Amino acid sequence: MRWSWIPDHAGDLAMTTLEHSAIAAVAVLCGLVLALPLGVLAVRFPVLKGAVLGISGVLFTIPSLALFILLLPLTGLSYETAVLGLTVYTLVVLVRNTVEGLASVPPHVREAARAMGYGGTRTLLTVELPLALPVIMAGVRVATVMTISLVSVAGFIGHGALGQLFIDGFQRDFAVPVIAGVVITLLLALVADLALVATQHALTPWTRRGR
Amino acid sequence: MGELIADVVRWFADATRWSGPEGVVQRLLEHLQYSLLSTVVAVLIALPIGLLIGHTGKGAFFAINLASFGRALPTVGVVILVFLVSGLNLWPVYVALVVLAIPVIVTNTYAGMAAVDHDVRDAARGTGLNGWQVLFQIELPLAVPLIMNGVRLAVVQVVATATIAAYISFGGFGRYVFDGFAQNDLAQVFGGAVLIAVLAIALDLALSGLQRALTPRGLALQRRRSNR
Repeated sequence: MRWSWIPDHAGDLAMTTLEHSAIAAVAVLCGLVLALPLGVLAVRFPVLKGAVLGISGVLFTIPSLALFILLLPLTGLSYETAVLGLTVYTLVVLVRNTVEGLASVPPHVREAARAMGYGGTRTLLTVELPLALPVIMAGVRVATVMTISLVSVAGFIGHGALGQLFIDGFQRDFAVPVIAGVVITLLLALVADLALVATQHALTPWTRRGR
Repeated sequence: MGELIADVVRWFADATRWSGPEGVVQRLLEHLQYSLLSTVVAVLIALPIGLLIGHTGKGAFFAINLASFGRALPTVGVVILVFLVSGLNLWPVYVALVVLAIPVIVTNTYAGMAAVDHDVRDAARGTGLNGWQVLFQIELPLAVPLIMNGVRLAVVQVVATATIAAYISFGGFGRYVFDGFAQNDLAQVFGGAVLIAVLAIALDLALSGLQRALTPRGLALQRRRSNR
């Protein structure tokens, strides 16, 4: 085992890790931007709820590789294809948690807001979404960790970042890049998850009071 | 898009597609073999671990965070790593799928055990049941719904991920995905994806039936009442 490959390629590995983080971050952010309104709509219009949750459940059963390949006619062997496919997967988790989070807001809190003269939008933005935040953030954590791992599947269409190391190692019959890729992916997921826990802690000060 | 759908329909309509050593039926059997064997082995490993942690309350932190580790582990990397060590056989597929399935089952089994009412556990103790009897007669039956949720999640992921077997030259529905990609035949990729999704949904439905059959009657009645 030629471990010296790792220090020899430290610069490349750092760049690849950055690229990996960027792809995952953009995918989760796009997913969140889409999932929040979808979740709000699903809660407001119960007819949509079954459809939205059903579709996201079915999407989850489609192998990620097949999804990437099927997106090729739209965006080609590009960075966009990787981000688009990953965004679709984040929706599965994010929409569900947005719906669950909003549904967990106690009705009397909503009624109190109404009684104080809050309109629908103001109630949503200043009462419901903040109270749903812990559940939504739990979804963001799951989606982020999952996406960081899934980026490597985009390696088959040439945009796997750290996943490229797996294919490289496979083709050269050389395990060191594969091990490096797996370990860095795990570390990246851990760091991202801890960062999100800290973000949630900062965003929801009321959950800490009175304990 | 319409053209692709028409191609996919034609792909499925081709009678020669279904039989023979490369037909859908053969690929289904291969895909089932990889998925079910892996899930069964994962249950045999994960269930005792989850029950032990839930019963003793020791290692809860480990049980809760294991699912996150499982989600973070890149399956493609695991398959290739095991392949480079073990060579051309099915070990890489089985190892990767079992490793994929274990965390979610352990975490859900633990969650099911942790959700068992303390009063119920104390009452069982009070009537003279010993530790093993409490585990098998009280805790395990009450934890069945959550345990089965974990198994169902694992199966759906395993069926979707078993696609990877085709990358290291084995069969299953992943063959259509990889071959279609290599031949620039999107209808074939689409067909493979549909077959995998349908298989995952079918197994999930079958397991939800099993879940209903295994859930103690009292628990089912109680849930129905609280849903009303």
